[in-house]
Amino acid sequence: MWWIPAAAAQTFMPPAATDIAKRVNSIYEFLVISSLISFVIVIVGLVYFIQKYKRKSENDKTAYITHNYTLEFLWSFIPFVLFMVLFAWGAKVYWDMRVSPEDAMEIHVNAKKWDWEFIYKNGRKITSDVDDKGKRIPPTMVVPVNKPVKLIMTSIKLNPNDKRDRAVLHSFFVPAFRTKQDIVPGRYTALYFTPTKVGNFHVFCTEYCGTGHSQMLGMVKVVEDNDFNNWVLGSEGGGPKELSMADKGKQIYATRACIGCHSLDGTPMTGPTWKGLYGSDRQFNDGTSTTADENYLRESILNANAKIVKGFTANQMPSFQGQLTDEDVTNVIEFIKSVK
Amino acid sequence: MAGAGSNYLNHEKGIMSWLTSRDHKRIGLLYFYTVGFFFLLGGIFAMLIRTELFSAGMQFTPELYNRFMTYHGVIMVFFVIIPGIPAILGNIIMPLQIGARDVAFPLVNLMSWYCYIAGAALGVASLFMGETVLWGIFGGADTGWTFYTPYSIKFSAANITAAFAAFVAGFSSILTGVNFVATVHKLRCPGMTMNRIPLFVWALYATAILQVLATPVVGITVALLAMENIFGIGFFDPELGGDPVLFQHFFWFYSHPAVYIMILPAMGVISELITAFSKKTIFGYTAIAYSSLAIAGVSFLVWGHHMYVSSQSEIAGLVFSILTMFVGVPTAIKLFNWLATLYKGSIQMQSPMLYALGFLFIFTIGGVTGIFLATIATDVHFHDTYFVVAHFHYVMVGGTLMAIMGGALYWFPKITGKMFNESIARMSFVFIFVGFNVTFFPQFILGAMGMPRRYADYLPAFESLNRISSLGSYVIGFGFIIALYVFINGWRKGAPAPANPWGAKTLEWTVPSPPPHENFDKIPTVTAGPYEYR
Ligand code: HEC
Ligand SMILES: [Cu+2]
Ligand SMILES: [Cu+2]
Repeated sequence: MWWIPAAAAQTFMPPAATDIAKRVNSIYEFLVISSLISFVIVIVGLVYFIQKYKRKSENDKTAYITHNYTLEFLWSFIPFVLFMVLFAWGAKVYWDMRVSPEDAMEIHVNAKKWDWEFIYKNGRKITSDVDDKGKRIPPTMVVPVNKPVKLIMTSIKLNPNDKRDRAVLHSFFVPAFRTKQDIVPGRYTALYFTPTKVGNFHVFCTEYCGTGHSQMLGMVKVVEDNDFNNWVLGSEGGGPKELSMADKGKQIYATRACIGCHSLDGTPMTGPTWKGLYGSDRQFNDGTSTTADENYLRESILNANAKIVKGFTANQMPSFQGQLTDEDVTNVIEFIKSVK
Repeated sequence: MAGAGSNYLNHEKGIMSWLTSRDHKRIGLLYFYTVGFFFLLGGIFAMLIRTELFSAGMQFTPELYNRFMTYHGVIMVFFVIIPGIPAILGNIIMPLQIGARDVAFPLVNLMSWYCYIAGAALGVASLFMGETVLWGIFGGADTGWTFYTPYSIKFSAANITAAFAAFVAGFSSILTGVNFVATVHKLRCPGMTMNRIPLFVWALYATAILQVLATPVVGITVALLAMENIFGIGFFDPELGGDPVLFQHFFWFYSHPAVYIMILPAMGVISELITAFSKKTIFGYTAIAYSSLAIAGVSFLVWGHHMYVSSQSEIAGLVFSILTMFVGVPTAIKLFNWLATLYKGSIQMQSPMLYALGFLFIFTIGGVTGIFLATIATDVHFHDTYFVVAHFHYVMVGGTLMAIMGGALYWFPKITGKMFNESIARMSFVFIFVGFNVTFFPQFILGAMGMPRRYADYLPAFESLNRISSLGSYVIGFGFIIALYVFINGWRKGAPAPANPWGAKTLEWTVPSPPPHENFDKIPTVTAGPYEYR
């Protein structure tokens, strides 16, 4: 059966640059081969019957066969089993693709019409550039090889003050990683990957977002650990030093009155302390509870009354909807995350 | 019409007699003309899309491309494939097949056509609204046929009007559905038990249930969208406290069943064609009939498979994945039943049968690639790439359109009373079939390579396959021009058709071609099943 390895080798998929991508490939190859076999069975049967039972005369008598329970059982049951295997296999790989790895390096992704911004925790922001001929150079996210990465993504408006414009859906897709995730305005979505291959990989926007959708390209550049460290140092070298995201958040904390109600050392004031807040279990007055992740913090900042923390009262904290930009909110959240 | 006797075509004369007709056959023909017109329009948009994608770089502008893509989708889905088989072939043939003089509510039937016309008019009007992008007059919606929020919230008269057009056309679909359910329940002739109705009728019945239950949801969704736009009430807009993903849930709650509104009737047509041209009783009547109902039922529970990466929860994704696998089983059952029907038949390769076999070939590919997408881990890669585009064209175009063509040729003698030119009809099949595969097979590979859909421009690496695909689309276009010629030429110059040119056994072939105004002089009494070839 020479064609089985041949079919498997010719998958047309881009190079697999993560372990998950290799596992997706295995499912894909299994699908290709089993589909080919089913297809061949159906078509060979079809062609054979057409030949064999060609009409000879207008008075041909045909067999009167209405059913055959054994056959019908078999051709329902075999596909069923095959489908269940595929479901379970796909579910396993999907699950591993979607759980947050331990100690992942976090990078923020802002999607806007029609460009990407990649922001590192140290404040370094990668945006697209333009070459001498006026051609767009897509932004490149640099990540170290073999280290888990978590992207925290949201969609922002070009101009936060434009009341008529809307942030829209986008989707972050890296074919070489076999993973994608929609980016939804008004919340954070996450995407995880652990690149195992050094190289440059395309990023596409795969959720239709309007005129510039197909131009919304980016790059992920996977480099050796050393090179990554040099790159990070390089960024901290020349030029005025960028504040880290958490430091920018701290400025907001100090200047936008949060400091009046939220402590950093564990003492409750008008509002709960921020010490150890991120990742902790929050109990609410109405008896429900949740884990304090990025989306919870975002909601608490923009719409404090949505959930009231146990022991505190509603209508104390002003709503910051429209007061803080999406970037401000993300920075404050990074600051809260840093208050351990 | 000397000597031809009175039939539904010459029973009354004049354009008004058509526009006010309550005869199900005439209404079916009205649908045929209008749907045919929109098929042509949607096809032109398809050619424009493929022309833009013929080379890397821009041939037109992205603004124009996005409108081509939107109108191709909106027209083909809402104005061609959804009404296609039920409203044309179903309307004309279904009452004949169950021995009825008409549908249960003839006036409602006429009303449904006017809803269609109103929706269509709105759709065409929207082309001239919004920001103008061509020659100072053409604007139009640029949201894609899915109208996803928040993009579609950005106020544009064109976006809202196009969505509203789909909403109004939805009523035409609901009215047809209500009518068919009532007709199947109430107007079967004596002896025509539910186990004796032809499989085409079973398929239309299952479809009608979907039309009645699912279509209102899209109506409500569009209404909410309009309220959001006009009154600023937040449903889907995050800036007003709404949830954009909620829209996707609503949309697919309708549009996944809509996928089966498009394909189930096609499956019904195929059952008729395969039995008639192999002169053999259907294998597994009950299995095929009930698998239609099973598909219709489960199809309400799988909408989330369009949203695996939309930020719905992982658990939800897994549930939708396994439910989607369940839909695969009845689909496979149907395919094997049709194959088994050919076994020991007396097979004649007339052009309608060619289309039916073409359906089997293409639908098999469409079906197995559906499993690639139901499997959640691989779907994360394929979602919103050309793989999906290829898959649903294999199912919708390769499946439904093949069935429409096969069915239209099969019933052409009955509808018009004329025979068409068989060899030219075969030629149309060859062009459409080959062109189709050349167009859409490369798109599976493009999708595997990672090319996203709805791209006005692409990386140079994708160019050669796109070029093949574009060339294929012109071949399909040519095939349909031939098919159009077959229809026009057959109707004008065809030889008179006998009552039963194919030697088929269902009731419509017992009345003259074309049938008289009220179908049957005397309502028949049935004593056996629909496929009694012995
Ligand atoms: C006037 C006092 C006040 C100010 C000013 C204030 N908050 Fe609050 N905040 C509260 C109170 C009271 C609560 C608890 C009630 C609730 O959950 O809504 C709270 C809750 C929160 C929570 C949820 C905490 C938890 O334990 O779950 C976050 C996050 C938060 N505030 C962020 C901010 C930020 C960021 C700012 C500044 C931009 C700010 N707050 C300014 C009073 C305040
Ligand atoms: Cu996009
Ligand atoms: Cu679906």
